[in-house]
Amino acid sequence: MANPDLSFVRAEMAGVQPPPRSERGLGSWLRTNLFATPVDAALSALAILFLAWFLPPAINWLFVNAVWTGPDRTVCSTVAQGGIQPDGWSGACWAFVNAKFQQFLYGRYPFGERWRVDLTAVLFVALLVPLLIPRVPHKRLNALLFFVAFPVVAFFLLVGGSFNLSFVETPLWGGLLVTLVLSFVGIAVSLPLGILLALGRRSNLPVIRLLSIIFIETIRGVPLVTVLFMASVMLPLFLPPGVTFDKLLRALIGVALFETAYLAEVIRGGLQAIPKGQFEGADSLGLSYWQKMRLIILPQALKLVIPGIVNSFISLFKDTSLVYIIGMFDLLGIVRQNFSDATWASPQTPATGLIFAGFVFWIFCFSMSRYSIFMENRLDTGHKR
Amino acid sequence: MKKTVLQGVLGAAALAYAATAASAGTLDDVKAKGFLQCGVNTSLAGFSAPNDKGEWSGFDVDYCRAVAAAIFGDATKVKFTPLNAKERFTALQSGEIDVLIRNTTWTISRDTSLGLDFTGVNYYDGQGFMINAKKLSGINSALQLSGASVCVQSGTTTELNLADYFRANKMEYNPVVFEKVEEVNAAYDAGRCDAYTTDQSGLYATRLTLSNPDDHVVLPEIISKEPLGPAVRQGDSQWADVVRWTHYALLNAEEFGITQANVDEMKNSDNPEIKRLLGTEADTKVGTDLGLTNDWVVNIVKGVGNYGELFERNIGSASPLKIARGLNAQWTKGGLQYGMPVR
Amino acid sequence: MASQDIAGSGRESPGVSFLYDPKIRGILYQAVAFIAIISLIYWIANNTVTNLQRANIASGFGFLKGRAGFDISQSLVQYTSDSTYGRALYVGFLNTLYVAAIGVVTASIVGFLVGIGRLSHNWLIRKICLVYVEIFRNIPPLLVIFFWYFGVLSVLPQARESLSLPFGSYLNNRGIFLPSIIWGDNAGLIGIGFVVGLVLSFFVARWARKRQMATGQIFPVYRTAAALILGLPLLAAILTGFPATLDYPKLGTFNLSGGMQVKPEFLALYLALSFYTAAFIAEIVRAGILGVSKGQTEASHALGLRPGPTMRLVVIPQALRIIIPPLTNQFLNLTKNSSLAIAIGYPDLVAVGGTILNQTGQSVEVVAIWMAIYLSLSLVTSGFMNWFNAKMALVER
Repeated sequence: MANPDLSFVRAEMAGVQPPPRSERGLGSWLRTNLFATPVDAALSALAILFLAWFLPPAINWLFVNAVWTGPDRTVCSTVAQGGIQPDGWSGACWAFVNAKFQQFLYGRYPFGERWRVDLTAVLFVALLVPLLIPRVPHKRLNALLFFVAFPVVAFFLLVGGSFNLSFVETPLWGGLLVTLVLSFVGIAVSLPLGILLALGRRSNLPVIRLLSIIFIETIRGVPLVTVLFMASVMLPLFLPPGVTFDKLLRALIGVALFETAYLAEVIRGGLQAIPKGQFEGADSLGLSYWQKMRLIILPQALKLVIPGIVNSFISLFKDTSLVYIIGMFDLLGIVRQNFSDATWASPQTPATGLIFAGFVFWIFCFSMSRYSIFMENRLDTGHKR
Repeated sequence: MKKTVLQGVLGAAALAYAATAASAGTLDDVKAKGFLQCGVNTSLAGFSAPNDKGEWSGFDVDYCRAVAAAIFGDATKVKFTPLNAKERFTALQSGEIDVLIRNTTWTISRDTSLGLDFTGVNYYDGQGFMINAKKLSGINSALQLSGASVCVQSGTTTELNLADYFRANKMEYNPVVFEKVEEVNAAYDAGRCDAYTTDQSGLYATRLTLSNPDDHVVLPEIISKEPLGPAVRQGDSQWADVVRWTHYALLNAEEFGITQANVDEMKNSDNPEIKRLLGTEADTKVGTDLGLTNDWVVNIVKGVGNYGELFERNIGSASPLKIARGLNAQWTKGGLQYGMPVR
Repeated sequence: MASQDIAGSGRESPGVSFLYDPKIRGILYQAVAFIAIISLIYWIANNTVTNLQRANIASGFGFLKGRAGFDISQSLVQYTSDSTYGRALYVGFLNTLYVAAIGVVTASIVGFLVGIGRLSHNWLIRKICLVYVEIFRNIPPLLVIFFWYFGVLSVLPQARESLSLPFGSYLNNRGIFLPSIIWGDNAGLIGIGFVVGLVLSFFVARWARKRQMATGQIFPVYRTAAALILGLPLLAAILTGFPATLDYPKLGTFNLSGGMQVKPEFLALYLALSFYTAAFIAEIVRAGILGVSKGQTEASHALGLRPGPTMRLVVIPQALRIIIPPLTNQFLNLTKNSSLAIAIGYPDLVAVGGTILNQTGQSVEVVAIWMAIYLSLSLVTSGFMNWFNAKMALVER
């Protein structure tokens, strides 16, 4: 106290020191991430062995040994199988995908009319992309165009039969076209219906609630295959004699009904998470039921369940592949159908075709799930309970 | 729920069309509609399959065209609905299609309890077996198949005959059953089963689509009667008559040597039977009584040819299938095809 | 349903119609909805009856007593083509249960391993698990089934060039052939030994828990139970002189005969369902474990528990509470997805029902049976899982 010089206050910051040698570089990373404990080391060794066993043959099969072009099955089969490859050869037959690519996209849609599909796709992308990017303005107009105007335009473009466009029967549709049509219509129909059903299930009116519950639980309790069978085999019996449905439309009804029930449950989860005060607050402002739902409850509830909704859309997208079972050729169905094409039948064809189809499905589903994560982060306003 | 269904009905208005009430007379409905809706197989080479251009072709498909030609005088006024085994009867019952010409076996239970009327037999078939002779070199009879895995399409009479045959001969087998004919073909081609069973015509058709057709042989045994024919809804005899007599017209045309090429010359023939058939006899009412025009047979033959031409072109010697006429030869040549007299 | 705020004023002021009374309105809405639904159902039923009558189709469930006439490739119970349609459906139902039960077990095991692997400290394991989950979650299950069936199993060698596996097993494009065990006399004793072992282990575990509660002493339950469950049957086997012989598969005219055959249709469906569902289960497990607050782990570390017991005694029991409800959904999904069997010809309920539908034409009845069975399966499974969930929650307290 008497001698103030005893204290020492350093005037400048200490220089930044490099981390200790043991915590630096590749060695340290390996030590913490791969060989932290003996068990870890053993696991890493196992994993490396697995990768060494799996990756080189996979890469070989997919790329190195793969056949990229060729006229028919001979390029993809060994001499013993009637082809030109040496015995023991095995590799992806991308030539098959190459040759059938158009068919995978359009099915048997007439060649001369395929520009109509392309135009629809361009419209779709042109309307969808600005809708997905949050910064782009005029969202309301955009959504209106996308969900109301686009389906009408797309219907006339794809089906035809008016405006000098020739009529294209839906049995000719196929491939990615059918997959996307089914998914888009399924989503567009099931979202509003799902909201209505969820509201019905949360309603104070016992009859409405009961009917909603019966519908939701019945549909959720049975596999999509049976719903599709019902739509394809029994729908004609439910209607007055002589009224018939297009096969694609029947599949659409089946898929949409199924998805509606699942979506309703997701949205109900959101509704339940809204605190009671919000309902009471809305009531005290004198809002009617629909005003209350539209302005107060649903915006909050839907925001909460966006990941759930997108997950439902992903499963809807995947579920469209089941229409193959009722005899329609979506992307997976048409790939599958082409296995039996004698021009291309070889032991490598099925795996190649399925990997291609799987890749396309994966791209769509994966980007949807990434987008959902992005939106979730963006909309996270901290009210999440 | 209410809304959901309403939505479906509203959506239906877009793509659905109110077709036919059977009671009102299918023929009138078809005429009013302007085209015939015909149910065919999804894919059976030679009988009904889309060709490279996506147009339907085959024996059954030409039968559809023949009916359209009889009604409209234009063999192109027909639309095809590809159906799998499961959908075919409901499609007919519900009025989605007007006539089912999809290699369907005529059996009593289908005729009586499914609400169908078979109008004739356009192809006499029988069930057989096909094996890969290269792999199973010792086998030349179906009776040696004990213990084999057999590929078969589910829900067909084929499946039932197979079970009965192996049971009757006290043999064992492993059924490998698929829903769709394409799946059965693929499984057989991949060697999932030792033998493939279906109607013999189908075996020949399938053999063409295998990766090495020459390796496969059809065994000689025929284990069932499979009369394949067109079917219509029960209770509309006028419509059944139209389909039935289209078949007989094709047969009669062959019998009298009337072909697609010479039908116009034949109209000047003096043979009274030919004159009756082609409607050139004075005051004939044959066609109008049927609800058609009197030159209906001319239209059919002009549109698709006679029975023999249809057969040769699609499944006979002029086609890759190369099926012999056999039971399907004219009755005058030892076959079973017998055109009832047009009189 | 109608807004509450005008309720009071509506009833008091004479000028306002009773239509504005929310109660009356509610009843009105419901009556309208009810009548609409009933008339819709009536309309559908009426149309169906008319259509069926017009088509002269028999209706009713009498057909179930008819002779089926077709064979089924895989059956857990006695079945021939002389059995009834009802029996055939029963066989299909058992096949559905069979593949679902085995699939659920496998999917849970793989899913738990992958889910924990996603949280591993080991970078490589974490990444491999991530890739696995992201691949399988984003492709359709039907595609996975096709991949196993057409891409993997059907390109295996033919019967004559079967791949030999250890223990006299073979692998070819007709499936896996394993030696089957033929039990001799007195083999029942081994089974009895197994059951006795199970029962004893149960009591030992109960006693050990009680003692631990009372005295804090730990008894090696797992080792004792393992010894009992494995040892007793082994003892019985030694006493009876191993009354079992193995029947090895041998090459016959067409195929391998003898032994036990696991058909590729079953294998493809089972593998596909297990691996597909496991990816979802892994995510659920991961979320469940992450949902247990970090303080719990830290507290148990502070108490001196090692990472293994921490996971087993602290984290997993709490995580299970979060995991079980979505896990139930996945089990149900797996069961429902087993209906995709129809695409590759595994004779499950839907495939057999489809055949019957085709043979008899009674589509309404068959679809009704399907729906009833799947609905009750769903109800039973969720009932059981709710019970299990309640039990887990109680143990927590």
